[in-house]
Amino acid sequence: MARVIAEQDMILLQPIMRTGLRFYLLVAALLAVITWGFSTYYRQLTEGLWVTGLNRPVVWGLYIINFVFFIGISYAGTLTSAVLRVTQAEWRRPITRVAEAITLFALLLGASQVIIDLGRPDRMIKLITHGRLQSPLLWDVGTLAMYMLGSLTYLYLPLIPDVAILRDHLGTQVPAWRRRLYQILSLGWQGNAEQRRRLEKGINIMAVFIIPVAVLAHAVVSWIFGMTLRPMWHSTILGPYFLLGAIFSGTATLVIAMTIMRQVLHLEAYITIKQYNYLGLLLLVMSLFWFYFTGAEYLTTFYGDLPDEMTVLLSKLVGEFSWPFWAMILCNFVVPVSILIWKRGRGVVGTFISGVAINIGMWLERFTIVVPTLTRPRLTFYGIGIYRPTLTEWGLFASSAAMFVLLLALFLKLFPAVSIWEVEEGREIVAAKQAVASIAASSEGPVR
Amino acid sequence: MPRWGMIIDLDKCTACQACTVACLAENNVPFAGPEETSMGRAILWHEVIGGIEGEYPDLWATFIPRPCMHCDNPPCIKVCPVGATYRREDGLVMQDYDQCIGCRMCIVACPYEVRYFNWRNPQWPEPMDQYLNPDQGPPQPTGGRGGPDVRPRGVVEKCTFCVHRLEKAERKAQQEYREMSEQELTLLPACNQTCPASARYFGDLDNPKSTVSRLARGARAFRLLEDLGTEPKVIYLKEGR
Repeated sequence: MARVIAEQDMILLQPIMRTGLRFYLLVAALLAVITWGFSTYYRQLTEGLWVTGLNRPVVWGLYIINFVFFIGISYAGTLTSAVLRVTQAEWRRPITRVAEAITLFALLLGASQVIIDLGRPDRMIKLITHGRLQSPLLWDVGTLAMYMLGSLTYLYLPLIPDVAILRDHLGTQVPAWRRRLYQILSLGWQGNAEQRRRLEKGINIMAVFIIPVAVLAHAVVSWIFGMTLRPMWHSTILGPYFLLGAIFSGTATLVIAMTIMRQVLHLEAYITIKQYNYLGLLLLVMSLFWFYFTGAEYLTTFYGDLPDEMTVLLSKLVGEFSWPFWAMILCNFVVPVSILIWKRGRGVVGTFISGVAINIGMWLERFTIVVPTLTRPRLTFYGIGIYRPTLTEWGLFASSAAMFVLLLALFLKLFPAVSIWEVEEGREIVAAKQAVASIAASSEGPVR
Repeated sequence: MPRWGMIIDLDKCTACQACTVACLAENNVPFAGPEETSMGRAILWHEVIGGIEGEYPDLWATFIPRPCMHCDNPPCIKVCPVGATYRREDGLVMQDYDQCIGCRMCIVACPYEVRYFNWRNPQWPEPMDQYLNPDQGPPQPTGGRGGPDVRPRGVVEKCTFCVHRLEKAERKAQQEYREMSEQELTLLPACNQTCPASARYFGDLDNPKSTVSRLARGARAFRLLEDLGTEPKVIYLKEGR
């Protein structure tokens, strides 16, 4: 492993060795947005949540929507990396690294949304010291902590051989602190057989472990809604629906991230039309599933015609939430399906456009789940709630997104965007298969 | 152990809102101001909800004074992640202000919308800030504040059935080696004491001889959102419906 890396893979080390002006500009712009977000959060901390648009009955808003949104995005790594690794899909190799990174960073941002939402973030520690297991919120704390630790481990393990490559190759081209960092993180990796065996074992265990944890985490996120008696929340479909939505938006985010990476870091040789075709197909299937789930839920509610449920449903179909609702149908179903159903549509551009549309659509989906239900209390005497998010909430959304991009950019500045050793391993497998095939071809004839 | 409950006779109620005002004064509820109130940030432990029902020309107005229901099966307690809300042995559902982390899940879980969040620091205009109720709530299991104690920003609060007045009266009766009288009990919560129409009763629902349990068993009795299985202990009386 620590041997000389293939000449063609040197391009993966370029962004780590050289930093252009564009990178600094990007970081500066992101930091500006993040600073704005922090300043609005400081105001919220000192003055209370009245600086938001939250009220009674709409006590949950943008923060909770973004919580679900970011946690949903985190499914990218689990699906693409763990599921495809377990099923030995070879085409995964160039995109596992970025998928795993997305998972970890989206989880960090998702968890921070809940803290932003708390009225007393200073008492957060009580969740651990006085936690009560019967609360769905504690299920969240538990599974998300496990999910985060799991995805950190799962990102780190396949990174070790690559860090060793960086340690051995970069030399004085990078500052001393980074050499030291690579030295520590590579854990003395030499690439001998025993180390490889243990690494493979570790990765395989983590891949199997992280799939059920992710399923649980996404279901549990839905249950903070589903376990209450609110109309259109109290439904058994919510768990599977959120899981499906997470796979959907996670894959879409992966497509966006890998396309930008491909253009900026010139990874055309690694991320090819093959990856786009497969991910496009995945998005297509997920889009159809999503439509089916949505249809099943809405038809059941509509046909049952219970008054409490109907007021919420009608507010989405024809009421004040019809705009986000139908935009969601457009972004999550009409656009992706009409593009991805064609083989030509599953190219770079088509898949990328679908990915962007799905991310917008899935954000709107979370909005139409969280807000309309809260505006329609069961006791109709209260009338209809109104929610208008303030600049504080939008600011924190923008800065959370900026933080996500920043973390990803810094990660790609420190570590290779594509798992070098896994791609190399893929090439060896292909070569070995060809060798076997040629041997088989040469020894043809009546073997007995 | 008693099981405290409240009866509100809607046939007597005139919807004068004296109960709401008495509650605000008794329990140190901060002023929200017109702007915040229009945004839905006012805190009203006790509220008179209502509206116009029916279709023209068959219209009628309904008014329902609404304190906390102090459910026997409270959905709010189930979801609290830190045990800031809990049910006492006498059936009161309490809120511990020093334990609450402000996640607002209990507000979402309560189908009666009786829970309120402190969106900002409590404030009273002059001279109201001079007239806060000095009474203190009962000590909480975790040592925190409850009852009418002024609430900090960022926590959830709600009606306590005037638990501080109840405990004071219980102590007094104990010292005098006597049971609390029906009359004494019914006037215990501030909302009941102030009711000009004498439309409200308070007492032990488990005592078969008490007025509240007798009225609760009557033909006029009903409870809000009964089909949700929350077992509320506020019982309304109304002829017909």
